[in-house]
Amino acid sequence: MLSLERVSAGYGDFQALFGVSLEVNAGEAVAVIGPNGAGKTTLLRAISKLVEPSAGDIRLEGRSLVPLPAHEVVAHGIAHVPENRRLFPRLTVEENLRMGAFSSRNRFHERLEMVYGLFPRLEERRRQPAGTLSGGEQQMCAIGRALMSGPKLLLLDEPSAGLAPVVVQSIFALVRRICAQGYTVLIVEQNIRQVLKVVSRAYLLEAGRIRLTGTAQALLASSEIRKAYLGL
Amino acid sequence: MDIFDVFLLEAIVNGLLLGGLLALLSLGLNLIFGVIDVVWICYAELIMCGMYTVYYLYVQYHWPLALAMLAAIALVALLGFALHQFVIRPVLSAEPINQLLVTGGMLFFLQAAATLAFGIEFRNLGVTLPSVRVGEMSFSAARLLAFTLALAGVVGLWLFLRKTYLGTAIRAISQDRAIMPLMGVSPARIFGITSALGGALAGLAACLLVLQYDVHPAIGLSFGPIVFLICVLGGLGNLFGGFVAAFVFAQFIAVGGFFFHLEWGYVLAFVFFIVVMFWRPQGILGR
Repeated sequence: MLSLERVSAGYGDFQALFGVSLEVNAGEAVAVIGPNGAGKTTLLRAISKLVEPSAGDIRLEGRSLVPLPAHEVVAHGIAHVPENRRLFPRLTVEENLRMGAFSSRNRFHERLEMVYGLFPRLEERRRQPAGTLSGGEQQMCAIGRALMSGPKLLLLDEPSAGLAPVVVQSIFALVRRICAQGYTVLIVEQNIRQVLKVVSRAYLLEAGRIRLTGTAQALLASSEIRKAYLGL
Repeated sequence: MDIFDVFLLEAIVNGLLLGGLLALLSLGLNLIFGVIDVVWICYAELIMCGMYTVYYLYVQYHWPLALAMLAAIALVALLGFALHQFVIRPVLSAEPINQLLVTGGMLFFLQAAATLAFGIEFRNLGVTLPSVRVGEMSFSAARLLAFTLALAGVVGLWLFLRKTYLGTAIRAISQDRAIMPLMGVSPARIFGITSALGGALAGLAACLLVLQYDVHPAIGLSFGPIVFLICVLGGLGNLFGGFVAAFVFAQFIAVGGFFFHLEWGYVLAFVFFIVVMFWRPQGILGR
């Protein structure tokens, strides 16, 4: 469904990605893991065109995203839950969800029902400013906002970051539920042990380059990952 | 002096009427600042352009007054859009001082252009609306009309910002500009629309002012600073704060002017402004 071919990207003189290639198939959950500063966030930002790739091609169902402006990407079926959630703090929960449906507003009501079905907690808090939600609820709201666009592919950037350990567990349970719903998911995480239990395949990104790729089990078993990232 | 004097009541009601007008005047400026984070120093001069439009279409070209006013609103909306595209956009990510300088430059440009085009004469529509008598009090119908339309403008904008996708996006973009593309929203488009909307509000204000005041090239200077102070007093960019501040400011002018002398009303209002700035530099309802 999504394929990246030798994508390079960066900010000004700083290059964050060096010829990254990866593939996500329809219905699959794939993780990109790696240390802080490896370029994981930049990778997602390149896919949703918040960062212009300097080389390479990004294709969704065979169609190149490179010529699209950032605000048209979502209408092609890619929803991006950014790092730190980035809700609109002074808009209500429901208004945040409404913004998620901005480019497909005629489907707003049916999707709202779907998101509230998935997260009943959000319906209880629909009139509350998003900034007053707890961390876990904010992550639900951010994921719900992304689902409001009816995406084919969901990009999740560090969904567990900044949350209390108990909440982290429930967020991964949530991600597992989303995957079970049949969404195609590309997830970026530093919490490697947890994320590898959720996805089927993963890529290890280090210093802007793909170092390793394989099934989640294979990576969990690999000595390189066990030594460098799991401390075993 | 009897505190429940009818003339005091009349002053208070006149203050309310003035407050409605000032609230509308501050609305566009506040909206632009809240959303785009730029102060249109030349805002009052856009209003002046709208006043001349109504004057020329009505007096010279004999358009019906309502049509001339609609045309003025449309024209000033277009001016607001053009101001953003050609003057603000190039300096959008520049230092705030540069943004102040370019819009400040527009103030003098528009003033000078109006002097060249229209001369320095004071011009008025020659429309006199009757005064409305309630008991022993009398109020100008022009002011009542201005107040009503100003409130309608305020309520209309509020509904637009609350109930529509575009309005929600306008509120959202002021909270997180960088992720708007992820919502499928082009920030440049929202800024263009907001600027046109700010211009349309200036145009509506122009229609209401031209019913009560003569237009001349420097008229912007007579109310521009007050409008700016009201926005700052309420918390720059805070629409509700500006609304409240407009009524507070207007009461100082009207009631202060009643107890002392008209000019003293303004003195009191500005003293109040300075005191508030010491107490809450971010404005009464500022964050």
